Amino acid sequence: MGEVYLPILILLALGAAFAAFSVTAPLLIGPRKYNRALLDSYECGIDPTPQPVGGGRFPVKYYLTAMLFIVFDIEIVFLYPFAVAFDQLRLFGLIEMVLFIVTLLVVYGYVWRRGGLEWDY
Amino acid sequence: MSAPSTVLVAAADPAAAFADTPLWLTLIKILVVFVALILLTLLTTLFERRVIARIQQRIGPNRVGPRGLFQPFADGIKLALKQGIIPRDAQVLVYLLAPAIAATCAFLTFAVIPIGPTVSMFGYQTPLQITDFSVSVLYVFAVVSIGVYGIVLAGWSSGSTYSLLGAMRSGAQVISYEIAMGLSFVAVFLYAGSMSTSQIVEGQASAWYIVLLLPSFVIYAIAMVGETNRAPFDLPEAEGELVAGFMTEYSGLRWAMFFLAEYIAMINVSAIAVTLFLGGWRAPVPISLWAGANEGWWPILWFMLKLLVFLFVFVWLRGSLPRMRYDQFMRLGWRVLIPLGLAWIILVGALRAVRNEYTLDSRTIFMSLGIALVVVALGIVGYDYLRPAPAPEAHEEPPFDPYAGGFPVPPLPGQQYTVTPRAGRVAEPVAVPSGGPATAAADVPMTDEQSEGRADG
Repeated sequence: MGEVYLPILILLALGAAFAAFSVTAPLLIGPRKYNRALLDSYECGIDPTPQPVGGGRFPVKYYLTAMLFIVFDIEIVFLYPFAVAFDQLRLFGLIEMVLFIVTLLVVYGYVWRRGGLEWDY
Repeated sequence: MSAPSTVLVAAADPAAAFADTPLWLTLIKILVVFVALILLTLLTTLFERRVIARIQQRIGPNRVGPRGLFQPFADGIKLALKQGIIPRDAQVLVYLLAPAIAATCAFLTFAVIPIGPTVSMFGYQTPLQITDFSVSVLYVFAVVSIGVYGIVLAGWSSGSTYSLLGAMRSGAQVISYEIAMGLSFVAVFLYAGSMSTSQIVEGQASAWYIVLLLPSFVIYAIAMVGETNRAPFDLPEAEGELVAGFMTEYSGLRWAMFFLAEYIAMINVSAIAVTLFLGGWRAPVPISLWAGANEGWWPILWFMLKLLVFLFVFVWLRGSLPRMRYDQFMRLGWRVLIPLGLAWIILVGALRAVRNEYTLDSRTIFMSLGIALVVVALGIVGYDYLRPAPAPEAHEEPPFDPYAGGFPVPPLPGQQYTVTPRAGRVAEPVAVPSGGPATAAADVPMTDEQSEGRADG
């Protein structure tokens, strides 16, 4: 049973080796010239803004997007087995899934009305 | 509750077709796919530059080798000989890991893409596919998701503002469109009764799913462009705003890894589209009348042709459409594609349940399907466009004081000078270009335009 996943591991190893080579090769080949400006972060030629430890801050909208993504991604994962087994579950599966989707649509409507899907507020 | 679970029958194991294949043959297949992906990436870059050039009435690169064929190789060598700069503020380990993650994940999708039927290779009967199992599309979904780590970690570890904002944008974009993409798959699974790529292709023997499930395909086609960060959805690389997004601080071969990942991702999503909606390796209609079209090695040709059509569409889009604004883009993903996808799933499910319970002729099904589709589309579009615009909030403007900031400023449109008794005349509203501070008093709430301009990222 496990041997169907073996080719994926081999491909993974091949890809990783290729990527590791490409990432480390510039340490060995290519010119090595260093100066202060070269090592600065790029910011259109001006002195770069100092970055706080941990990567700095960014708008809270991205956190919100990530949380909504988890909600809907889990919904999709629940939909997949239902879709595969649809013909066996017959009407029972359909009703169950419509109830599930409608429950999530309530969440969706709530988020929409509260402005969670607006990017510019 | 126990009844349905006993009814469930395990579908035929798609892995059974690989039982005869020895490991060395699988290794050959892996190597061929790996090399083909890299070559295809190189050729796609040339293809893109040439086609874009033609769209813009130029010629494009045609000097290096016959018809410019060696241009991508020359570019690759040039990139390899560049200095690999590691910025001082970078988190070195993560900074080096990120391009490797992005490139490695990009290769993995093709492991489950069937590019042909079972053929005889060195005396063994083996499918033209590296491997397959009963949840292979789920696997594709997972691998694509891991690729996001490469993007986000690259932006985070670079220690640059542009990189961080570009990575956030790119990450938010990819995960938003992944939902729409996932929803478009559901109808396909429902029809195929399987999540295995080879069985989905098998299920399209009579009719391609693009015909049966056109809305799913449309949703997928939009989502796949958003997912790969390509024009018109290439917002993470909006050079006017973010320089080069999350790859701003990368150079040489490390940058090339992201470039490679982007192009392989383009090939991957095209291959998935071909597999799930365009019949996979099956011959298109006029050719499929010839019985031998779907046997032997011919299907590779059909597969590659369909793939090429998708790659051309990617380039065509880039050549014709302007970049979208980020809020419009997120709005399209979250407020149009997701409800559309959910409604379509319920509709397809209901139709299929009706077909399972009663016997209906296909004409009735298609007619009711069309009507329902129009109703749903009208409902969604109508809700968005016909609902009354929210009334602007009336808030009390404080009287305009030109000396609030300590120095005189001209009034904004709509504001008026306070008439002082000494002036002795009625001040007329003067049209002035906007731009001056409305009132410099700190307790005045910001106007919408100001708060938008401040927090956009």
